[in-house]
Amino acid sequence: MDNRFLTDNRDLPFCKGCGHTGIATCTERALQKLGFDPLDVIFVTDIGCHGIIDKSLRSHTVHGLHGRSVALAGGIAAGLGQRSDKKVIVFIGDGGATIGMQHLLVAAHHNFPMTVVIHNNMLYGMTGGQPSEFTPTGFNTPAIQRSAAGAIDMVKLMEAAGATYVSRLTGIGDFTDALAEAFAHPGFSVVEVMEICTSYGVKSNPGMKLKQVVEAAGLHPYKNIRPSNTSDHAFEAYSGYQNSLITDKLKVEKEFEPVIKGTVRILLSGSASEGVQSAAEFLARTAMMSGLFSTKKGHYPVTVGVGFSVAEVIISDQPIFYTGSTHPDFMVITSKDGLDYAMPRIKNAIDSVVILDSTLEAPETKARIVTADLRAMAGSRNVAMMSIFWLIHNYGILSEESLHTAYGRNKLSAKVPISTFTDKL
Amino acid sequence: MTETSQKQMAFIDGSRLIIEASVRAGAGVYIGYPITPANLLYSYANQRFPAMLAAPDEITALQWMSGYASLGILPVTATAFPGYSLMIESINMAMMMELPMVIILAQRLGPATGTATAGAQGDIAVVHGTVSGGYPLPTFCISNLDDCWELTEKAVKTAISLRTPVVLLSSKEMIMTQMSYDLSKLSEISPAVWKHFDGVSDFKPYETDESLIPDFLPLSQNKHQVRFTASTHNKEGILQNTTPEALANSSRLKAKIEKHAESFLYYDFDHQQGADTVVMSFDITAQAAREAVQRLRSEGRKVSLLIAKTLFPIPEKYHEILDTFSKVVIAEENLGGQYRHLLFGSQIPSHIKGVNAIGRMIQPEEIMKEVKSNG
Repeated sequence: MDNRFLTDNRDLPFCKGCGHTGIATCTERALQKLGFDPLDVIFVTDIGCHGIIDKSLRSHTVHGLHGRSVALAGGIAAGLGQRSDKKVIVFIGDGGATIGMQHLLVAAHHNFPMTVVIHNNMLYGMTGGQPSEFTPTGFNTPAIQRSAAGAIDMVKLMEAAGATYVSRLTGIGDFTDALAEAFAHPGFSVVEVMEICTSYGVKSNPGMKLKQVVEAAGLHPYKNIRPSNTSDHAFEAYSGYQNSLITDKLKVEKEFEPVIKGTVRILLSGSASEGVQSAAEFLARTAMMSGLFSTKKGHYPVTVGVGFSVAEVIISDQPIFYTGSTHPDFMVITSKDGLDYAMPRIKNAIDSVVILDSTLEAPETKARIVTADLRAMAGSRNVAMMSIFWLIHNYGILSEESLHTAYGRNKLSAKVPISTFTDKL
Repeated sequence: MTETSQKQMAFIDGSRLIIEASVRAGAGVYIGYPITPANLLYSYANQRFPAMLAAPDEITALQWMSGYASLGILPVTATAFPGYSLMIESINMAMMMELPMVIILAQRLGPATGTATAGAQGDIAVVHGTVSGGYPLPTFCISNLDDCWELTEKAVKTAISLRTPVVLLSSKEMIMTQMSYDLSKLSEISPAVWKHFDGVSDFKPYETDESLIPDFLPLSQNKHQVRFTASTHNKEGILQNTTPEALANSSRLKAKIEKHAESFLYYDFDHQQGADTVVMSFDITAQAAREAVQRLRSEGRKVSLLIAKTLFPIPEKYHEILDTFSKVVIAEENLGGQYRHLLFGSQIPSHIKGVNAIGRMIQPEEIMKEVKSNG
């Protein structure tokens, strides 16, 4: 096995004296020390000077978007799962870690098996030396003098997110062993390497040494290793369901003869928690037991538990294309929310029958209004189902026999006996 | 009605068919981020996909998907405009890296967060303009439950065979409305096959033959070095400036899709002899168009119907068809007619008519009225 990870160390594409060179060479030595085949290592690099390392690497390389390298690597690591023969390494700068900070937190949180090496030179080097969230107070950048906010302590943040291996080191000299330890850690690990940008950092802070900046900012070398539970990855907890979604249980057999010809459109207009959507679905399924075509379309606000809840059901002896009901044949209104929602259609209706709960005030309309004690008969929780029984009993759009059979198979029947609805008709 | 008893009728929504078809076609992982009206897809995916991840945001979703795709595992997600807008840069990345994936876009009413629970067809122009530089993003649009099954398979297979992200466009009413449906119509779906590099010589990740589609190798193998690069790159996948080789590679991405455009051209053209008017539509509005055309014909009026299923790149075939009519009525649920403008530009010829609405489905009667009008 040719265990060179770098094509030619002398060709590394960084400025003279840049700490990125040290990270690259120490990374190679660390991986050699651990015995990795270069083609079992996947480097995901971010945008920034460090990212142009790709062409000098003999491993797989992935070079994506600014700040997103950790997320992209997370997908690779999750897809590889527990393969210990593979190693995913992210190279990212402090700029990338700034824009992609959430990705770092999430990768640590999920304990994705990978190592992130943050090349922290405390500014955006590729774009002219602008400050990042990692620029310490008192450290000048060419773009903005003296960052007031100070640097984020990334290793502490990563610890809080659940990273079980965090370290910060000053990127001077040989730190091969420190990287090797991080690469060998099971699950997620992060190493923050403090550097100073020779092009912008040095020029903007004459005479200032890296160790001096790090000390002043309180970004001392640090390491914290905790037990890493790799047997219970969050990203693996969801997998494993592979049963078809198309099953015989979905089938609705024709058992009864239809009693309508043509198409009947029904609008159920009420409030959340009245069972409107499930009653509408029940009506549509019941129609199918008579060999009819049916559709059910719901409408409701984003809040699940309050406000209007409206369903449109179409039943027909012909295939249905358009699933809306511009002019419903029946509008069943069970609550004030439902009345408000349906008001424009009630006002414009001509041929419709409007079935109005008797607690509601009848609106002006040319449609025929019929009042019924729907809420009183079955209570507000079951008022939508009550209206289905009432509608079929009084208008005969489906056979009552099919309704009773269907209800007997509906899970609601275990809690609410059919007599709740039939006794009051 | 006697026919019905021999069928296998079920009462289902389109989301169920989309998820089942995508898994059968070879999708391997669903990366979800919750958003109305795509949540049914999320919940079905959680029951069905071989692997499922809950992403913390839509940028992460696309990045995780790219990671899986780089291993040869076809990822699927579903979103609405607020999520899609966050995905756009990453879709560009995946297109540049030539990573296959399927993004289901369930349109809802905008702008911005708009009305999450109201359908719309307002993202047509956004999807068309997704990729910087005008590179085509294959985009399919579902027009009924049959398409939920068949077009989903095509979306997965087009993504894999052309190595590209694919958008499967839909909207709230199309994927959430429950309908009686004959399950015996569902065709068999075989899983897609990835074309892997099997040469013995050096592998260049972006070298292609006349197909313009590079052979794939996953990051999980260790025979050849693989590079995936979002920046302008050469055949080795190494970042370049504007070198001739790198620019040729970028240009190839457009040519690749256009070269194979015929292989993913799907539409329904229901032509009536003697008709001088054609109704064109897509998505849930196609259902109103189908009903409108059926009723117009029953009234004795001659009218043809074109349902677009491949939206992008815009098939030349649509112009071939539309050019044979003296009146074209295009129905879409947005202000101004986005697809109509993409077809005919900013100065639309007077014989091209639009039927448009927002916040509600377009009704068959509106289409019928436009067909009958003398304007």
